[in-house]
Amino acid sequence: MFMLADHQFHVEGEALPRDTDAATLRTLLGAGIRFRTPVSGAVYGTLLNDRDALEAMGAALAQPPYQAPPKAPILYLRPRNTWSGHRARVAVPDAEPGVVVGGALGIVIGRPAVHVAVAEAMDVVAGYTALGDLCIPHESVYRPAVPLRARDGFCVIGPALVAKRFLANPDAVRIAITINEQPTFVTTTAACIRGVAQLLADVTEFMTLLPGDVLMLGVPHGAPVAHAGDTVQVHIADWEPLTFSLHAEDAVAAEGRS
Amino acid sequence: MKRARVAYAGAIHVAYPDARGVRLADGRICREDEVVWLPPIAVGTLFALGLNYAEHAKELSFAKQKQPLVFMKGPNAFIGHRGVTRRPDDVVNMHYECELAVVIGRPTKAVAVADAMQHVAGFTIANDYTIRDYLENYYRPNLRTKNRDGATVLGPWFVDAQDVPDYDALELRTCVNGQETQHGNTRDMVTKVPELVAYLSSFMTLAPGDVILTGTPKGVVNVNVGDEITCEIGQLGRLVNTIASDADFGRY
Repeated sequence: MFMLADHQFHVEGEALPRDTDAATLRTLLGAGIRFRTPVSGAVYGTLLNDRDALEAMGAALAQPPYQAPPKAPILYLRPRNTWSGHRARVAVPDAEPGVVVGGALGIVIGRPAVHVAVAEAMDVVAGYTALGDLCIPHESVYRPAVPLRARDGFCVIGPALVAKRFLANPDAVRIAITINEQPTFVTTTAACIRGVAQLLADVTEFMTLLPGDVLMLGVPHGAPVAHAGDTVQVHIADWEPLTFSLHAEDAVAAEGRS
Repeated sequence: MKRARVAYAGAIHVAYPDARGVRLADGRICREDEVVWLPPIAVGTLFALGLNYAEHAKELSFAKQKQPLVFMKGPNAFIGHRGVTRRPDDVVNMHYECELAVVIGRPTKAVAVADAMQHVAGFTIANDYTIRDYLENYYRPNLRTKNRDGATVLGPWFVDAQDVPDYDALELRTCVNGQETQHGNTRDMVTKVPELVAYLSSFMTLAPGDVILTGTPKGVVNVNVGDEITCEIGQLGRLVNTIASDADFGRY
């Protein structure tokens, strides 16, 4: 069973998620409480759904190994070990050159979505959420970047799932990332090649999405890189921002959380 | 021990092999075709290996991978024994892939190769379909090719690891309508089972119920609507699946 009435979130230490109004959520967030991930279904990311990202690849799109620009949506699964919530402390490998912080709008599915038409696609949407979609920087997108993406805690979600009625136009919503409270990156979902309805139609042509699943609209081109010690916030629209911090792997292991 | 998960008479049951079909945990005996076979375990994260048999890689004109080629699949893909899988009308090359499936039994992080098998609960058989028409060279093999509804058939049985000491020397065999089309042996894997467990756990935590499909040997051929595909691995069992059409799924 999955319903999203208002703002749904899961306070760390509580047995079950809550679904409340924004004011109640804001009060809890103001108290500095940690949240668990609000998601229980499957989570997918969408690669290269951004005009600037495709443009930046330029002539490479026609050359080996790619040979041609992408036709169907390119997705990647975010497995359960990657899920973390608001105020997560994410372990970052010491040896790698930081992590790319993708700020993504997540589409939360409310009804079984099988082969939906563009005109009906918005009917399967229950709401939205914010994601901090992390990966170790990589140039090549030829092979699935599982070792670079599927790391523990690398998909930060929340703080809440927000009902659809609170986001009038998901295809023109502002996404901003701050690192250590410094504005670092701003974009809007208007840069997406496929908007929400088109993406849902093209994805559900070949795979069913179920209530509670989350499909990211895509990570914008030029996502910033953050490092161990940084605190990151993903701001979407006027929602309470999603906050998390990055720590060297050894430090997090020492806390017994590895 | 072998066990399955089946739906019967309004509930989901654990079932065991029986000379007359299957024996439910509550004692009832059913014919094999009286129950609906589900994937034999509740699958967590499912990994699949590409090009993990040298001869199959050659068949597809690929050189050996520097590191294992891993991709993941979502819950929409998983179905059980005796299920059906849709073949879109407009494709020319949809093929099966018979694979040994490894089921993780314990939380597993940074495990050494020598200790990896202590984290394996058991095995099952997978038939992981591919539609080559939809391959694109971005995060290849892309999800449109691999993560299709009902395209990852699992079962019939989950078999405890202690009953499969020879997991590294199991015959794999696929038949299409009774004709053998694929034959291999798990000894020919490029990256072996314990190495795969160790590799994945080197960058992420594996959890009970996670499944690793270990790749398919040479001998993949196109299948058509109505074909019955049987994948058999050593003593693990025989996994049957039938190909269905767009029309069967209300797509015209």
